[in-house]
This record gives sequence, C-alpha cells and structure tokens, in this order.
Amino acid sequence: MDIFGSFALLLAFLTAVYAFVAGIIGIVTRRVLLTKSARNAGMAVFGLVTLAVATLEYFFFTDDFSLAYVAAHSNRALPLYYKFSSLWAGQEGSLLWWSWLLSIYVFFALFLNRKRHPELMPYVGVTLAGVQIFFLTLNNFVASPFHVIAGADGGGVLRLAKLADGSGLNPLLQYPEMVIHPPMLYLGYTGFTIPFAFAMAALLGRYPGEKWIHITRRWTMVAWCFQSIGVLLGAHWAYAVLGWGGYWAWDPVENAALLPWITGTAFLHSVMMQEKRGMMKVWNVWLVFVTFMLCILGTSLTRTGIVSSVHAFAESNIGPYFFGFLGIVLLVCLAAWYKNRDYLRSDNQLDSLVSRESSFLFNNLILLAACFAVLWGTLFPVISEAVAGNKISVGPPFFNKVEVPIALFLLFLTGVGPLLAWRKTSVDALKRNFAWPGVGGLAAGAVAFALGWRDFYPLVCVILSVFVALTILAEFYRGARVISSRDGSNILTAVGELTMRNTRRYGGYVVHFAMVMIFVGIAGSAFNQDIQKELNVGQSMAIGPYTILCQNFDQPSNDNYQSERATIEVFRNGKSRMMLYPERRLFRASGVTETIVANQSTPVHDLYVVYAGRSPDTNLPVIHAYLNPLVKWIWFGGIVLVLGTILAMIPDRRAALVLRAATDRPWAGEAAPNPVVSGPIHRTGSDD
Amino acid sequence: MKARKKFLVGSGIIVATLLALAYVGYTQSKTYYHTISELPSLSGSTLHQRMRVSGNVRAGTIAHRDGRTNFVLEEQGKALSVSYVGSDPLPDTFKDDAQALVEGRLQPDGSFTAEQVQAKCASKYEASPVGQPAASGGSPNKT
Repeated sequence: MDIFGSFALLLAFLTAVYAFVAGIIGIVTRRVLLTKSARNAGMAVFGLVTLAVATLEYFFFTDDFSLAYVAAHSNRALPLYYKFSSLWAGQEGSLLWWSWLLSIYVFFALFLNRKRHPELMPYVGVTLAGVQIFFLTLNNFVASPFHVIAGADGGGVLRLAKLADGSGLNPLLQYPEMVIHPPMLYLGYTGFTIPFAFAMAALLGRYPGEKWIHITRRWTMVAWCFQSIGVLLGAHWAYAVLGWGGYWAWDPVENAALLPWITGTAFLHSVMMQEKRGMMKVWNVWLVFVTFMLCILGTSLTRTGIVSSVHAFAESNIGPYFFGFLGIVLLVCLAAWYKNRDYLRSDNQLDSLVSRESSFLFNNLILLAACFAVLWGTLFPVISEAVAGNKISVGPPFFNKVEVPIALFLLFLTGVGPLLAWRKTSVDALKRNFAWPGVGGLAAGAVAFALGWRDFYPLVCVILSVFVALTILAEFYRGARVISSRDGSNILTAVGELTMRNTRRYGGYVVHFAMVMIFVGIAGSAFNQDIQKELNVGQSMAIGPYTILCQNFDQPSNDNYQSERATIEVFRNGKSRMMLYPERRLFRASGVTETIVANQSTPVHDLYVVYAGRSPDTNLPVIHAYLNPLVKWIWFGGIVLVLGTILAMIPDRRAALVLRAATDRPWAGEAAPNPVVSGPIHRTGSDD
Repeated sequence: MKARKKFLVGSGIIVATLLALAYVGYTQSKTYYHTISELPSLSGSTLHQRMRVSGNVRAGTIAHRDGRTNFVLEEQGKALSVSYVGSDPLPDTFKDDAQALVEGRLQPDGSFTAEQVQAKCASKYEASPVGQPAASGGSPNKT
C-alpha cells in the first residue's frame, strides 16, 4: 500500500512538471491545445495527491505501524478523529497536507476559470504549477511520509518491520480545536498562492490591472478569512490548553502566521485604491508577492528550527530547500516586475491628506510597519548572529511597545477612513460625520476614567472603539434611512436591503466591527489578575469577586492517560455558583503531561483555574486562578469577522425598479433608484 | 504635490515614533543567547547580561527546594547548574532528558538563575530515519 501512495505522489510530481513545462511552451508557441493540456494536468494533480493522502489515512485508520510516520504519531488507543488529524501532526504528513490543500485551490482556480480570461490563465497555470513542483519535491524526495520501518534480522538482512503499537499523538494536539486549527491555517497559507499566481500572471502577460484585481478579490478574501480563523484558533488553543492564562506570546510560530495576515489585510484595502483611482498598481503587485513569500517564510520558520520556539518543530535539514525556493521566488518577482514595470504606472495622484486615498495610504503604511516590526523581532536572533556574532532575541516588551500604538492608530483609521470622501473631504462633511461618534467616544472614555481606568492605552482603546462602533452604526443608519424613506420599508428591512446592494462595503463594516470587538477583548488584558496558592481540601482563596474552595482531589484515569484532578467550588457573594475541575493528565504512550484548564467564560470576564501540580515541599495541590476580563469578546469578534467576510463575498443584489401607485407619496420626479446608495453626506467624487 | 509632501511628513513622524518605541522595547527585552561551553569565556559586561541558554535536563537532577527548582543542564558534555526562581509552574514538558531553554542571569559562582524555563517535548517532528522506530523520548539532538 505504501508503494501505491508513494507512486501516486511521484505521478503528482511528474504531472506538475508537465503542467509547468507544457504550460510555458504553450504560451511561447501559442498552441492552445498544449495550454489546455497543461491546465488539465494542473487539475489532475489534485486527484493524484488525494490518492496519496487517502493512502496515508488508510494506514492510520487500520493501525498499520509499518510506516515510520504512522508509528511516530498514532497508537491503537487513539480515538478515530485524532487518528485522522495525526496525518498533519508531523513534518512529512503536514507537508503532504499542504500539497493537498494547495492542489484543491489550484484545481478550482483552473476549473472555474477554464472558459474565461484566456490571455491570463496560461500564466496562472504555470505559476501555480511551479509552486506545486516545489512542495511535491519536498513530498517525494526530502520528507516522504511513506518511509517504512526496517530492521536487520538475525542474518543481517534488512527486513520490513511492523511495530505492534505506535508512540501516539502529542497530547497537546489531542484537543478538538487542534483538529481544526492546522487545516484552517493551511487553507489560509496555501490560499494566498492563488492571488500571487494571478498577480504574477497579470504582470508577465501585461494584463489590465483592474481586471486581475477584480478576479482575485474573492480568492484573497477566502484565504484571508481562513488565515484569520487559523490565527484566532491558535490563540484560543494556546489559551485553553497551554494553561498559562494568555493567548499570545509573540512566539516565532505565532508571528509567522500573523505576518501574511497583516500584508493580506493591507492588500484587501489597497486594492480599493487601484479599483477606484488607478493608484498603487506597483504597490499592489508587490504586496501580493510579499504576502506569498511571507507564507513560505512562515512555514519555514515553523519547520526549520531557525528560530527557537516553544511550538517549533525540531531542527531539520529542510531549511535550505525553503530558503532556496524563497530566493527563486524573489528573483522571479523582481525579474517580472523589472521587465514590465512601465505597464504599472499610476493613473492618478494623491489630491488631499483629508481623503479616503490618504487613509488607505496610512492604513498600508501602518500595517507594513507592523509587519516589519514583527518580522524584525522574530528574525532578530538570526540577523544579530549574522551581523554581530551573538544571538540576541527580543521578547513581548519589544513587540507590545511597537504593536499596541500601531493597532490603536489602525483602529482610528478604521473609524475615519470610510467617512472620508475620495479625493477630498469638505470641512462641513468632516464636522457632520465625526461630531457624534467623537463625542460618544470621549464620553465612553470619561466613563472609563470615572470607573478607575488610568492606564493610557486601555483608555485610548475604549475611546476609539466606541468612536469606530458609532461611525459604523451611523453608516448603516444613514444608508438605511434613505432606502426606507424611498420605499416605505421599516429601518431593519432597509438595513438588509442596503447591505445586499453593496455587500463588499457593508460586509467590510461588519468585519471592522468585529475588529473593534477583538480590540476590546485584547484591551481587557490590561486588567488581568491572578493568584497561585497551595490548597488543601477545605482551603480557599479569593480572586476578584470570587472565592475558590478546594473540595477534593482525585486521580481518574483511562487507557490513554492517567490524571490528577481537583474539584473546585466557586463562590460569589457567599453563594455557591459553579463547580470547576482543573486537571493534569499524564499520557501513557508518550510520557507527556498536559494541563486541562477549567475555564468559566462570560462576556465580562473569564475565571480560569489551573491545576498547577503538586507542591514539591508539601505534596499539596497547587491551584493557579486567573481573572481575565473581556477575553470572550475576542472569540465572539472572530465569529463576527468570519460572518462579515462571508457577507462581503456574496454578490450584490441589483436594486429593483420600484413603481409607485399614484396614491403613494409623490416622488418629485426622481429617477429610478440606482444600485449605488448615495446618502445625505455631501462628498465629491463617486461613492463606493 | 502639497498633499504628497504632507503625507510623507506624516509618515516620517509615524515611522520615527515607532523606531523610538522599538528601541525602548528592544533595550527592555533583549536577551543574549549563549551555549554552555561559551559561558566560562564571558567577561566584563557580558557576564551580567540577561541571557538564554539551552541544553538537556540531566536525568535525576531535578530537585525542588525552598520554592525554587534546581536542576542541571548539559550540552556537548558541559554542565550548568540552574535554579529556577519564577512563580509560574514549570511547563508540562519539563522533565528528565527534555530539551530546555532557560532565560535569566549568570551568578558570580557560575550557576544560573532562571526566571523563565521553556521545555520542548522530545522531537516528534523529525523525519524518522529508516532502521529506527521513532521513539517519543528519543535523543533530541539529532541534527
């Protein structure tokens, strides 16, 4: 069976090579049949990699430990859904998983566009094939998941060995979220390959700039959405499983996932500049290129051990391949840009600082600064070793000092940007748009100050969050009011109609609102409290409004693990509110211990209780309790973010012609409503 | 061009502010990385730096005493006595033979006071070479 799997992989590799070579020849010689054949080959890779993945899963499901990879990551006692996710638990399998997800994207990109954009698609196909060749090279020749275990028998002959049982999945991965997090994150990472391919194709084929952006917009949103989910799930997993009370430590692997997200966000905004005003063409192309390269860098940071991290895979020999590929990609990008840069000249210039263009420019500037700071901080040990000979690393104080002000400025732009007009906003419009939200924000700040908030950044965050939320609500209200006054519907129906007529804009506002929620959740961390004590049965400790009483501790266990558990009763105002059961599990097969956090989460705060082990001196259980305000807002915000992105991807509904009876309110001779809603806000230039 | 110039000035101010913040953050958190073999050769100001050292926990040396956890870290034959004084519980992966990274300062007597300990579970992500079943607690130092 393993021969079947590795053969399928090899065929996939050869098919991708064919897609690449035939694709290039087809372009150069303009032979349509060859181009079509190359496209079909590109799609066929999906089928072949699927066979390889199915084969590997077969080994997992049948507990066949003759494969070294299966033996290393699974065992008989593992529940079935974890056997499924063991596929991506290690280097070889996760690389195969990457190839598979990439091949799905490639298949759909080629299939859905098979009858469209004939001048563009051949280049897209070649670029995608090139990327696939790299990953399939790794799958076949560098890190094959199909290596069998062999040992020498008595006579010194190498024989296939089959282990009776495997080493089991890392217990930290035996958590439902960990089944979802890598697929989501990888769907983000691999997804950015599609806009990259289209950008490269547009550049090489000198394709009209706005068209390639229009085509890739939804693909980019899909990839960005998955990347957002992946990052948030990772943070949530760290919070729920690692038991240190936090969700983000600026660890290199965390940063690696954030980097393409940042540039992806910048790209999603700057494309609007190109669409509306023909500006930033060079910038957009490079933004996509850099996003893709950051995806490759991201996965290599995780896999090659180049920077030390709690999460990183052990050091391996795969580094040179990734960095070589990154180098090739960079060279190809530079060459393509240099050759065709004259086709990327801007149509317009920046007219005024108080314009939507300006806010987008600042948005991009600040996001790039954020990206650069994270990249610099993450790679600092590598850079300092190369330059100065000693390895210096920087930690959370560095990242937080730079990223917090950046994030707050971004929040400010989120409120201000959509209310500025293209080209130039009048002073009247400024006053009208920002008056009430500004007052609201400052009022919220005053309330917070009165409640005892004194730290600068949380106060600014509150003011800006309320400001932005109010500007978003005002946008919905203003547009809906126009619709409801025209066709008499109630305001809620009008909001629905408004949104469906311009899903990208209003879906985008929903996503902005989600970001406000996430920022509020993060701001709560300024007020975190925690307390750690030995608690014998009957002893208690207080945190915030709660009293935590240790009722009991016991040792439940099963085939998979042996556990120590505390039974905690939580009181508030003298009344018993809930029972919590924090645990520490020792997994038999791997010898690893895992903390099971007992977390009671409400929108106001999380009561997060950890069984921190036994005190070495007294053998009593040590309980560590945290009170983390507002954390739930982050996860809620994440859900709203996904919904907003899905909304933004739905095609606009064309407004219907509304014919009125003579008895209704007179129209005063207005023309039929057009799809674009223009409100009472006076702006120059066209409305989005 | 006035708008463009204003934008550039604005950007300049933002970038300069961020650079200043970055510098402060850097000085507050910079940590040097040294190997155990390098430690005896450090002198002068480098002796008092905040630093990170990695190695493997020598089996049988983990001892809890007076609220501290003491153990011996070894790498390439050299050993370092470490005393962890932090209040956070040690990571679940910290045990005999684990690969560990300690962060803190070197004491005058040559021992190391750690404020942070990170431990990696023995490699599960290495390519398992043919001829050896990949073991969970196996030697983490394969390169």
